[in-house]
Amino acid sequence: MSAQFVIFGLLAVTSVATALAMIFSRNAVHGVLFMVGNFAAVALLYVLLGSPFLAAVQILVYAGAIMVLFLFVVMLMGPEPAPLWEHIPGQRPLALLFGLLLAAGLIAAVNVEELTGVPGIMSQEVLERLGQPTALAQTLFERYLLPFEVTSLLLLIGMIGAVVLAKREKHELQAERAPREGGAE
Amino acid sequence: MGTADFVEIVVKSLVIIWALLTGFAYMTWFERRVIARLQSRVGPNRVGPSGLLQPLADGVKLMFKEDIVPAEADRALYLLAPLVAVVPAIMAFAIVPVGPSVTLFGRTIPLHLADMNIALLYFLGLGSLGVYGVVLAGWASNNKYALLGGLRASAQMISYELAMGLAVLSVVMLAGSLSLVDIVNAQAGGRWFILLQPVAFLIFLVTMIAETKRAPFDLPEAEQELVAGFHTEYSGMKFALFFMGEYIAMIAISGVAVSLFLGGWRGPFAEQVPILGVLYFFVKLVAFLFFFVWLRATLPRLRYDRLMHLGWKVLLPLSLANVVVTALAVVARDTGFFGLW
Amino acid sequence: MIVPVSYYLVLGAILFSIGVTGVLLRRNAIMVFMSIELMLNAVNLSFVAMSRALDSLDGQVFVFFVMTVAAAEVAVGLALIVAIFRSLGSADVDDAHVLKG
Repeated sequence: MSAQFVIFGLLAVTSVATALAMIFSRNAVHGVLFMVGNFAAVALLYVLLGSPFLAAVQILVYAGAIMVLFLFVVMLMGPEPAPLWEHIPGQRPLALLFGLLLAAGLIAAVNVEELTGVPGIMSQEVLERLGQPTALAQTLFERYLLPFEVTSLLLLIGMIGAVVLAKREKHELQAERAPREGGAE
Repeated sequence: MGTADFVEIVVKSLVIIWALLTGFAYMTWFERRVIARLQSRVGPNRVGPSGLLQPLADGVKLMFKEDIVPAEADRALYLLAPLVAVVPAIMAFAIVPVGPSVTLFGRTIPLHLADMNIALLYFLGLGSLGVYGVVLAGWASNNKYALLGGLRASAQMISYELAMGLAVLSVVMLAGSLSLVDIVNAQAGGRWFILLQPVAFLIFLVTMIAETKRAPFDLPEAEQELVAGFHTEYSGMKFALFFMGEYIAMIAISGVAVSLFLGGWRGPFAEQVPILGVLYFFVKLVAFLFFFVWLRATLPRLRYDRLMHLGWKVLLPLSLANVVVTALAVVARDTGFFGLW
Repeated sequence: MIVPVSYYLVLGAILFSIGVTGVLLRRNAIMVFMSIELMLNAVNLSFVAMSRALDSLDGQVFVFFVMTVAAAEVAVGLALIVAIFRSLGSADVDDAHVLKG
């Protein structure tokens, strides 16, 4: 057993445990935190895979920005009225059953000895020489320039969408300030 | 990795942690003395010569304070939050080079813990993790003032992180590397980036104060309106941990600022005499810390909408424009555009 | 000796299945949303593992794109959830079955 196996094992157990804790947590704030733990474990797996750049981006984007937004929204909504399943009869056992079936199927599919794919040119030796961010930037801005630009459009659309959705109309604000009668929506 | 490398890393980590904790203790003393001077007072001067043992006395006092957990608090998160506030701040200092390489026991030892080619991303990532300590403290206390402080903190830190990242990006473009060691080396011979990137420096200066939640951006703990903000319910050592997080973050972010804009440890004869380099670094660091204290004594707190206005409508567009101009300049430099004139 | 790529792929498969289970199990829109993020994350892990195994950076570039898409998705999705919560007073996906706002 080399050190890498031990580290992989620890991180794998952590990521699966936090993922399970997340989907079973009753409190949404705890759920967000388990998710942050999961992202951190996966980020460390990226480091193990020789991709520290993606690990840093993962922490920066997922843990630092996306999950803080989640936390923000959860706090704005206040405490949720307790457990939220069992709307559909038998939902819980069926969901678990299907989840297990999917896991079994996927594992059977991907648990292969050797990958059949076209090997690329970025061996570890090349990565060492270029430095991972540089190599990634070259691939991104040469081979994938058009998708990259399209992504910026996507982000712009997301931004506009969020602003439009979150914006309150003037009459809505006035209605909110006026004393509520009968609590009707 | 040999045993010697391992020992070196452990020793360096211990030295950094020791230095940061001592720095935190004496930063409280420094701040109280300087603010007292700025307000024509004397400040703490009873415990030890010039009050130098005051931090020790404060520590002893805080340790014997009653440790209270509010009855309706989320206990686990309430205990976790102070730790989350401190740990990223300590970790951030690992990437800062405090001096040139020294030769000890026949080994060449670089005076930084980690030279990663993603160091600045690591720094920004840790900065964004620091938000969690504050937000969790606010939420777990189950107190409306604390919650408001936590929400304010998260909004403030997300808003200013963008401008900070863009200010850092302009320096990265000039140096062509994300590693602080490379960036310091790119400023050899007095070509400090503060001269080439004055706008980025100003933006970084403002955002670093906002990121550490210091006056005039201390809205998360505005005592006149929110009691003490996110740490209203904390007492004893847990309260001290929040302060530790804040002050260590100040030290770490100042260290990064020195490396980014003021040439790090570089200065006359620093390469021949490594100890001079460490001294230069220390002097520059203290200059930044003095600036933090000075601002706190001088400027009144911003109103919340002004804070958001400054972050989103002034700093962000300004830093974006700066990135564009820098990119054009870098392209012009690399293609020899200026040589054609 | 390095960890074989199939270990990572199996881990990715397990995480993905947990995400799917979360979507099927939970009724709180925030939790459903986070489960989707978990699925994206599992896919990212597989991408990086395969990119390492095949000596190619294309997988990592894809991870980059997935993260961007996730960020845009979260911005819009959370805005939607907040809007629904404002008009219905609940973040339960089953409560959002009427078209009247």
